[in-house]
Amino acid sequence: MMSVAFGAVAACMLLSAFFVVRAANLVHAVLWLGVTLATTAVVYAMLGASFLAGVQILLYVGGVVTLMIFGVMLTRRHDGAAVVVDNARPGRGAVAAAALFGVLAAAVVRTDLPIGDGMATTAELGKGLLTTHVVAFEALSLLLLAAIVGALVIARRRDPGAPSPKPLHRAARPLEPATSAGPEDRS
Amino acid sequence: MTLSGCILLASALFATGVYGLLTRRQLIAVLLSVELMANAANLSFVAFAHFRGGPAAQTFALFAIALTVAEVAVGLALVMLLYRTYGQTQVDTAREMKG
Repeated sequence: MMSVAFGAVAACMLLSAFFVVRAANLVHAVLWLGVTLATTAVVYAMLGASFLAGVQILLYVGGVVTLMIFGVMLTRRHDGAAVVVDNARPGRGAVAAAALFGVLAAAVVRTDLPIGDGMATTAELGKGLLTTHVVAFEALSLLLLAAIVGALVIARRRDPGAPSPKPLHRAARPLEPATSAGPEDRS
Repeated sequence: MTLSGCILLASALFATGVYGLLTRRQLIAVLLSVELMANAANLSFVAFAHFRGGPAAQTFALFAIALTVAEVAVGLALVMLLYRTYGQTQVDTAREMKG
């Protein structure tokens, strides 16, 4: 029963992943990515990682897909047309991807994967995050802060009429007539 | 549902992402493919955590998820900056430095 359900979810995941890389409309590709991530959350839940399944839904399906939709909408003109996206040289890409999958599958099938004992519960996970891995946890929060500030700085709309920042202003000052006529002018 | 089955599923997902990465020409579509690949890596983390045990495995998957979200935010900001500078977001948009 469990393996049948796993097979069905895996088929859904691979099919939606195929549509992510083949859809001709970019918005559809983003929505198919949402389906892929949601089915991944289902697999997490089937594997007993309920906390990670929740995080996957919250962060990926809720956050990343919304962010991607915003990205698609903000990087084109608002004419209401479908966002066309094409695949260049699909044959070569398919050959490369199939070869990679062949190598990985051969390695997985040939390797003897020993089975250990059970999975950590969410309580153990939380305790580990705040005791053993607390340094990594804090470093991660710093990284998220840096990423958010960096994304804001990069994507900020710069107004061409606004005064430029301080260093540029100072460098431009010697060219002004008021300072060139001053007593300290050596040029 | 075995460990090999889960890892094979993650491998197939990763290969699909590689296909998209190699063939897509729209930068946001390339980012989607990168998401697929990161998701495959997370899936294999969780599969190993389930079948091999140990508290650190799930922690690693959690950190990987958070890192991917930060990467998406910065990547989309770069794509938007590229769009504002060049007016398009193809993979070969910024090629002034090409020799």
